[in-house]
Amino acid sequence: MSIRARFRLDRSGFSLDVDLDLPARGVTALFGHSGSGKTTLLRCIAGLERAAGGYLDLSGEVWQDAARFLPTHDRPLGYVFQEASLFPHLSARGNLEYGRKRAKGGIDAAALAHIVALLGIGPLLERRPDQLSGGERQRVAIARALAVKPRLLLMDEPLAALDLARKQEILPYLERLHEELDIPVLYVSHAPDEVARLADHIVVMEAGRVVASGPLTDTLARLDLPIHLGEDAGVVLDAVVTERDARWHLARVVFADASNIGVWVRDGGHAIGHHVRVRILARDVSLALTRHSGTSIQNILPGVVEELADDVHPAQALVRLNMGGAPLVARLTRRSAHDLGLSPGQIVYTQIKAVALIG
Amino acid sequence: MPLTDADLAAIWLTLKLASVTTLLLLLLGTPIAWWLARTRSWWKGPVGAVVALPLVLPPTVIGFYLLVTMGPNGPVGQFTQSLGLGVLPFTFAGLVVASVFYSLPFVVQPLQNAFEAIGERPLEAAATLRASPLDAFFSVVLPLARPGYLTAGVLGFAHTVGEFGVVLMIGGNIPEQTRVISVQIYDHVEAMDYAQAHWLSGGMLLFAFLVLLALYTLNPTGRRK
Repeated sequence: MSIRARFRLDRSGFSLDVDLDLPARGVTALFGHSGSGKTTLLRCIAGLERAAGGYLDLSGEVWQDAARFLPTHDRPLGYVFQEASLFPHLSARGNLEYGRKRAKGGIDAAALAHIVALLGIGPLLERRPDQLSGGERQRVAIARALAVKPRLLLMDEPLAALDLARKQEILPYLERLHEELDIPVLYVSHAPDEVARLADHIVVMEAGRVVASGPLTDTLARLDLPIHLGEDAGVVLDAVVTERDARWHLARVVFADASNIGVWVRDGGHAIGHHVRVRILARDVSLALTRHSGTSIQNILPGVVEELADDVHPAQALVRLNMGGAPLVARLTRRSAHDLGLSPGQIVYTQIKAVALIG
Repeated sequence: MPLTDADLAAIWLTLKLASVTTLLLLLLGTPIAWWLARTRSWWKGPVGAVVALPLVLPPTVIGFYLLVTMGPNGPVGQFTQSLGLGVLPFTFAGLVVASVFYSLPFVVQPLQNAFEAIGERPLEAAATLRASPLDAFFSVVLPLARPGYLTAGVLGFAHTVGEFGVVLMIGGNIPEQTRVISVQIYDHVEAMDYAQAHWLSGGMLLFAFLVLLALYTLNPTGRRK
């Protein structure tokens, strides 16, 4: 079960050349700077852009090859545009119904009610798009895309046109979708924090080419990629809450891939056993050869140096560590790396200054 | 009764001509305007120019050429004769054909502007919601272009009501067939019958004002979001 997509497209000053095999489940982030071709790729997949000689199939069902090109309205997909693009002449409900009544085997009333509740748009249904806020419009647009019962959901930077407050308003809804949806989602974004919160897989694009593709945790831990992530270089790890310290309002989370290796984080109110994601930025990790005492840093863990690499700036280096199975990336000055004499296989103490609990 | 039977006949004929012309123009203008709004073809310029010709040409020139082409020896005239329809000049049908051509830009241009303002996005959104292009045209484009249709209809109608030069060239002055209000006014003035001319002219003035007033109040020019 996978999505196969192969497209070549030449435009003046831009070319797209991708050959992807994407998982047919979970959220795959198409990540890259603006102009990297991620939106064009999404539009090719939707059939909104016609790439001659392209190939696309969804779990064996061919949507495009040399002989056929399924037009957009015949592809069982949902599409969320960067701007909500609701029909201004229809109410929110009219917008939801527009696709639902046209889709063959569309969702029934109960399923629609569920989507409406999931996105919290019940009270908005009779309003017209110009009576909705930007965030509300985007939630209606997401519900509208889901109401056609798509087999693939395409989202083109659905949060990019919104301010920070509106983004924070929508992200929890997207996380709920992530938990509930059983269809693959392709999510275009240039925002590392959105990718960290929502994605299971990531495709990193640059200048119309795919530079990396794989599971989020593994891919973010690759040292050749922080070049594309800059200050946001770091890892995202799945973890489970195992302990809560009521006195200090801290919770201990244990990394899913590691045996009882974990960190203390601010207690987010999650129950013990709850699955969470933590994000540890490379710049928040420092290394020591011995275990320090008398430091404010709470999370000090032993780890094995796996790989060293140069960072973008010549003063800096990146180090990938293995924390009993879970990867971690640290950013140091090259002088520190040299002074510590770091080399692969060495055991060091990682001092983690900040851990962000996401989702 | 200030209006004579001849005046009333002219008014009735004018309204009939304007209604038939406007209806035909909306049907004909829609595909032309849609094509002009969306094509990237080299032909966009030439076709747009031909549509706009009546804006700048003297009506007599248009009338003259229509008369020649639709006359017994013209290509259109030969064709209509071969169909057994006779020739179009100096008939109501001929007036309709001439009016359609004469008022075409007043219908096509507002429609084209309306279609261009809608842009590509609503059509793409409709396609991702399973609407075929034709379905999307009727369910999305037409409702969104409604102000454009109102403007196009009103301008096409009013402009046809006001035509004179083309009518005179191609329709002559046949009562109840081609003698429209503007020709009737001309006749009154020729006959020094200024009182009658005043009634009809005043009526036309009032009509034009009311039409434009309705257009500007019903169709506020404020931009849609």
